[in-house]
Amino acid sequence: MNRAQRGAAGSRGLGTMEVKSKFGAEFRRFSLERSKPGKFEEFYGLLQHVHKIPNVDVLVGYTDIHGDLLPINNDDNYHKAVSTANPLLRIFIQRKEDADYSAFGTDTMTRKKNVLSNVLRPDNHKKKPHIVISMPQDFRPVSSIIDVDILPETHRRVRLYKYGTDKPLGFYIRDGSSVRVTPHGLEKVPGIFISRLVPGGLAQSTGLLAVNDEVLEVNGIEVSGKSLDQVTDMMIANSRNLIITVRPANQRNNVVRNSRTSGSSGQSTESSLPSSTPNILGNLLQGEEESDEEDIIIEDSGEPQQIPKAAPTSESIESLSQIELLHESTQNGFLPSSEMNLNHSAGSISMEYEVPEPGRKPLEEDGTIITL
Amino acid sequence: MRRFLRPGHDPVRERLKRDLFQFNKTVEHGFPHQPSALGYSPFFRLMAIGTRSGAIKLYGAPGVEFMGLHEENNTVMQIHFIPDQCQLVTLLDDNSLHLWSLKQHKGASELREEHRFTLKGPPGSPPSATQVTAVLPHSSGEVLYLGTESGNIFVVELPSFRVLEDRTITPEAVLQWIPEDNCNRRSCELVEALREHPKNPDQILIGYSRGLIVLWDLQNNKATHHFLGSQQLENLYWQRDGSKFISCHYDGSYTQWPVSSDNRQSEPLENTVPYGPFPCKAISKIYWQTTKNGLPYIIFQGGMPRASYGDRHSISVIHGSQQTAFDFTSRVIDFFVIFSSDPAAEFEDPSALVVLVEEELVVIDLKSTGWPAVHPPYLASLHCSAITCSHHVSNIPLKLWERIISAGSKQNIHYSSMPWPIDGGTNIAPDPPQRDLLLTGHEDGTVRFWDASGVCLHLLYKLSTVRVFLTDADPNDNMNTLGEDEWPPLRKVGTFDPYSDDPRLGIQKIYLCKYSGYLAVAGTAGQVLVMELNDEDAEHVVDHAEADLLQDQEGYRWKGHEKLKTRDGPVRFEAGFQPFVLVQCHPPAVVTSLALHSEWRLVAFGTSHGFGLFDHQQKRLVFVKCTLHPSDQLALEGPLSRVKSLKKSLRQSFRRIRRSRVSSRKRRGGGGNTSEVQEANARFDQDALQEMELAPVQRKIEARSAEDSFTGFVRTLYFADTFLRDSSRHCPSLWAGTNGGTVYAFCLRVPPAERRMDEPVRAEQAKEIQLMHRAPVVGILVLDGRSTPLPEPLEVAHDLSKSPDMQGSHQLLVVSEEQFKVFTLPKVSSKLKLKLTALEGCRVRKVTVANFGSCKTDDYSENDLAVLTNLGDIQIISLPFLKLQIRYPCIRKEDVSGIASCVFTKYGQGFYLISPSEFERFSLSTKWLVEPRCIVDVPEVTSNNHVHNKSGTENAARKSSPGDCGEDERKSGRLMEHALLNDEKVLKEIQSTLEGSR
Repeated sequence: MNRAQRGAAGSRGLGTMEVKSKFGAEFRRFSLERSKPGKFEEFYGLLQHVHKIPNVDVLVGYTDIHGDLLPINNDDNYHKAVSTANPLLRIFIQRKEDADYSAFGTDTMTRKKNVLSNVLRPDNHKKKPHIVISMPQDFRPVSSIIDVDILPETHRRVRLYKYGTDKPLGFYIRDGSSVRVTPHGLEKVPGIFISRLVPGGLAQSTGLLAVNDEVLEVNGIEVSGKSLDQVTDMMIANSRNLIITVRPANQRNNVVRNSRTSGSSGQSTESSLPSSTPNILGNLLQGEEESDEEDIIIEDSGEPQQIPKAAPTSESIESLSQIELLHESTQNGFLPSSEMNLNHSAGSISMEYEVPEPGRKPLEEDGTIITL
Repeated sequence: MRRFLRPGHDPVRERLKRDLFQFNKTVEHGFPHQPSALGYSPFFRLMAIGTRSGAIKLYGAPGVEFMGLHEENNTVMQIHFIPDQCQLVTLLDDNSLHLWSLKQHKGASELREEHRFTLKGPPGSPPSATQVTAVLPHSSGEVLYLGTESGNIFVVELPSFRVLEDRTITPEAVLQWIPEDNCNRRSCELVEALREHPKNPDQILIGYSRGLIVLWDLQNNKATHHFLGSQQLENLYWQRDGSKFISCHYDGSYTQWPVSSDNRQSEPLENTVPYGPFPCKAISKIYWQTTKNGLPYIIFQGGMPRASYGDRHSISVIHGSQQTAFDFTSRVIDFFVIFSSDPAAEFEDPSALVVLVEEELVVIDLKSTGWPAVHPPYLASLHCSAITCSHHVSNIPLKLWERIISAGSKQNIHYSSMPWPIDGGTNIAPDPPQRDLLLTGHEDGTVRFWDASGVCLHLLYKLSTVRVFLTDADPNDNMNTLGEDEWPPLRKVGTFDPYSDDPRLGIQKIYLCKYSGYLAVAGTAGQVLVMELNDEDAEHVVDHAEADLLQDQEGYRWKGHEKLKTRDGPVRFEAGFQPFVLVQCHPPAVVTSLALHSEWRLVAFGTSHGFGLFDHQQKRLVFVKCTLHPSDQLALEGPLSRVKSLKKSLRQSFRRIRRSRVSSRKRRGGGGNTSEVQEANARFDQDALQEMELAPVQRKIEARSAEDSFTGFVRTLYFADTFLRDSSRHCPSLWAGTNGGTVYAFCLRVPPAERRMDEPVRAEQAKEIQLMHRAPVVGILVLDGRSTPLPEPLEVAHDLSKSPDMQGSHQLLVVSEEQFKVFTLPKVSSKLKLKLTALEGCRVRKVTVANFGSCKTDDYSENDLAVLTNLGDIQIISLPFLKLQIRYPCIRKEDVSGIASCVFTKYGQGFYLISPSEFERFSLSTKWLVEPRCIVDVPEVTSNNHVHNKSGTENAARKSSPGDCGEDERKSGRLMEHALLNDEKVLKEIQSTLEGSR
């Protein structure tokens, strides 16, 4: 919702917008009201109507401002497409049966245009391997940096969403020692560190964790005083929704908060952490409460179903859906509402905004900060 | 906002918790690991055993036990009681001496270390100058004579350990009195033995290692006699009247020497090599005791012919024409003879021989013909075959108890009927509140039934499952066959027999129904036996069935061991538990879970492949369910494919064990071989440590998946009569939990009693729950409408439990290694959970429902979960709300075998192995506490005047003690913490905080 509002705010003009839609060899042109694009379902129906293909399952794509062919299959990316269309929204429609999924992705449109240059300089093609972007229905959050506002700048809290991916978490931890500032001066204390990232694993692909990052907390619980095996067990137990607070070995990529002046990094020492711990924990627990319980029950060798919460209301029946929903529940790119709340309240940013846009407001002021 | 409240702030609950829970390690059962020294006080009739880890344990009459621990954790080399006093001196291998005493405190005796002392030589002297080799507590109780490696004998005052330097007996002083042509300075090196004259306390006999023996007059500081032994001396023994003494020697000979007033240099009366003429091993200790009939008892250790019997651990007893060489199962540590303690008695008249060998205690009755062994009431060798599993049953009905005892007594007829001869002290502990059985399964296919009600863990009955199977071992291989003319006349004694003929016979799971007397036992090769208690011997055929757990899985090959071969035809069984049904799983993998329902006559069993249900009434397999994941190749092929990693992990765990148990210790120079071995071990440990430091330990963080190995491994099975299908009708059900986090529920149809034999039992799968965190399911439990766990089978029928509430809705509790979850029934929806691992990084190893009663009122009790984690912590978690009540550190987390062996009782006690041969008993309950409480009376000793009024004081103590043995004293009871666990300090702190909070 956040994004949708942002998108609307960033639209370039009011009034109508021209749409050019292509299905096979046929083109259709029509216009949409930019301020009221409606829902994807309606748009989909409209396309089927204008192309006169009422019962054909199709795949809808559009070219964005960079010339990439991107799919439209939910409200979110539909709105994105509408808001970014400048001035024309180019739509490409394919039959689902003979859809070419690999057509989507970066440089997809430009590549086509540059066939000639590819032929002339074949090595050019090799240098830039074609990055395949999976279908947007598989889009889901993979990782995020959260709680930036309450953590010292030297720390980073990373959330890894193992749930729904086939990718391994893919990292190893080890014992080590780190230097802490204590009332008695500098002291060497044992710590837990990331020792290895598995190539292609979730941890590596997010770019948020690195070898030699010190692990400070796992899902809100401090690891100091815990053995390597204990921390391993905690991480594995939380593997479906793992939140690790690290002190990155490389401190140069830290999020810089504008609210604090340049000297702020000096203030963010260990001592500032404990005071904020209670509400951190609160946030995490809240997020956790509803996010990760999906035990499955099979009754009388029937269909597997998710086990509902024994809630007093009858709403629980709604969550009693097919096992396939396990995967589908996150397919539409929406976070479950509770997580959304969490992100919002904690003023989190998703990974795309790791390096904040200069024009953006300081994160702390972005949302309402709820301190519990 | 509730969740932000820190738990445990309800003051009422906090108070109640203090009335309900309390952690104590109360007593160690079994045989001390690695005993190293033995001592005996004939006056108090108390025996002391020291161990290599620095523990010292005192035993008297059954129930009289004390334990102490040397801070140094060094090997106890010698133990000496101070004559006629409740004190003893221990010598450790670091050459330190420790004085312990039994003092009465709040109505019970306690063993306390009073003083410690290390002999110091003059500056610059070699360590050997003060290396103590022999200790003689003088009968006056005031001084200690310490013989050293240098030949000096130091005199130390007690209890202050002040060295009386002017009284030191130097080799030079001794040599003055000995003709020079016979001896030189070297003759007086290393004091091997010191013995006080039995009649004249002013004379002591000094035996030097090279054979010289001197009778020294303490008053006049002179040698009155000297004896020139030609052989290296091992030990000395005075005859009772002081006219003769015996020396025993390294070459296997012993010599009798006369002590006459006229001859200052006697010649030996007799020199014998009992097992000559070929070279013999040393005789390291000898007793020569007189009897009324004039024939002495000569009892000595060793002396066997070196070539043919040099490897035997023997003690020989010669009495007239009778001679037996008792052949022990392990190395003899030491022995003593119990004889008439009356100093005025003319003859010693030995009654029993007590031998401490490395793995057990053997007592031989010398009064009865044939010298039978005495059945010890304590110090049982739990590990006579390695313990593979344990099962505890609380509150045994008297009838069953008596039947088990009667079956056991028929097995013990070869034991002597002599009352236990070590009977010092008085047990003042209250009688055990109930009859408890601890069943241990062993590697050799036996199940031992122990009386675990009180302080003495006592063997009641031993059951062997071997007879059902055809094994290579000949069951008639009697170890005690003794040929008529055999020489030496060896006789095997003792029960320690760690060598299993066939590892497949090992017992893995035990379930006993205390109401019906049905027992189910399952083993390593997939065998499940159902037994029934029969008071008579019987011969019958064991019904045999096979359960193919792989049923529809094709193309798998089991590479593990074969199944056990069964005996055809009827088998003769002795009175006791007799098997009538045998189910063999295919593939014959280890049985990993077992449940018996005696009311429905069903037994359920599970392996790494699946589980099955057998109707032992109709002797019919009801169903099997394969739980294998198709990709789980490891489980399919059996343990062989894992050999390499298993070996590696074994090696690692051995290293770990060695590192933790063998604290670096220097053995004294004379140790020879053993010290080299230990040094090598120490080096090895060092290497291993370095190796570990070089390769940094890494842990992979990876979510569990369905494809992980051994997900099909059935961890737990549970029978429940509950609402499985709908909320209107309840039915019998079977629940199974796997390593992969799956719970299967089967609805059972058991025909009513009158048609039980006519209609088959039917089963139908009703539910399958997959926990998404996929952690192994270690416990399943159904709570009734009042949130009380369902009673055991037949419990209600025997009026011992309220019938479960079938009106309110039932709940299902699933305990995985990581989480506790409560679901509603019959429609499974999640209600409550406690995520243990996510919060604390520990995993559940054992979980049991235990009933905790309040120590304040009799009418309050509640059910909670007692949980042991992989960190060795014990937690109590409330039911049904899953709130952590209390947590105690119990076992070191490195002690993997200790954690694996832990069993909880139904009333908040527990047992775990602290060594292969010892159970530590602990209690979580304020109400049920079994710990030793005993009194040893200290006579009023006036110096040199041995006036005892033993019976008098004892009576007085008896009268006074029961009155004031209130609750508070119990709390302050001393810690029974074993030497292997070095966290004594921590425990003390805990104890003190517990006491403080009371």
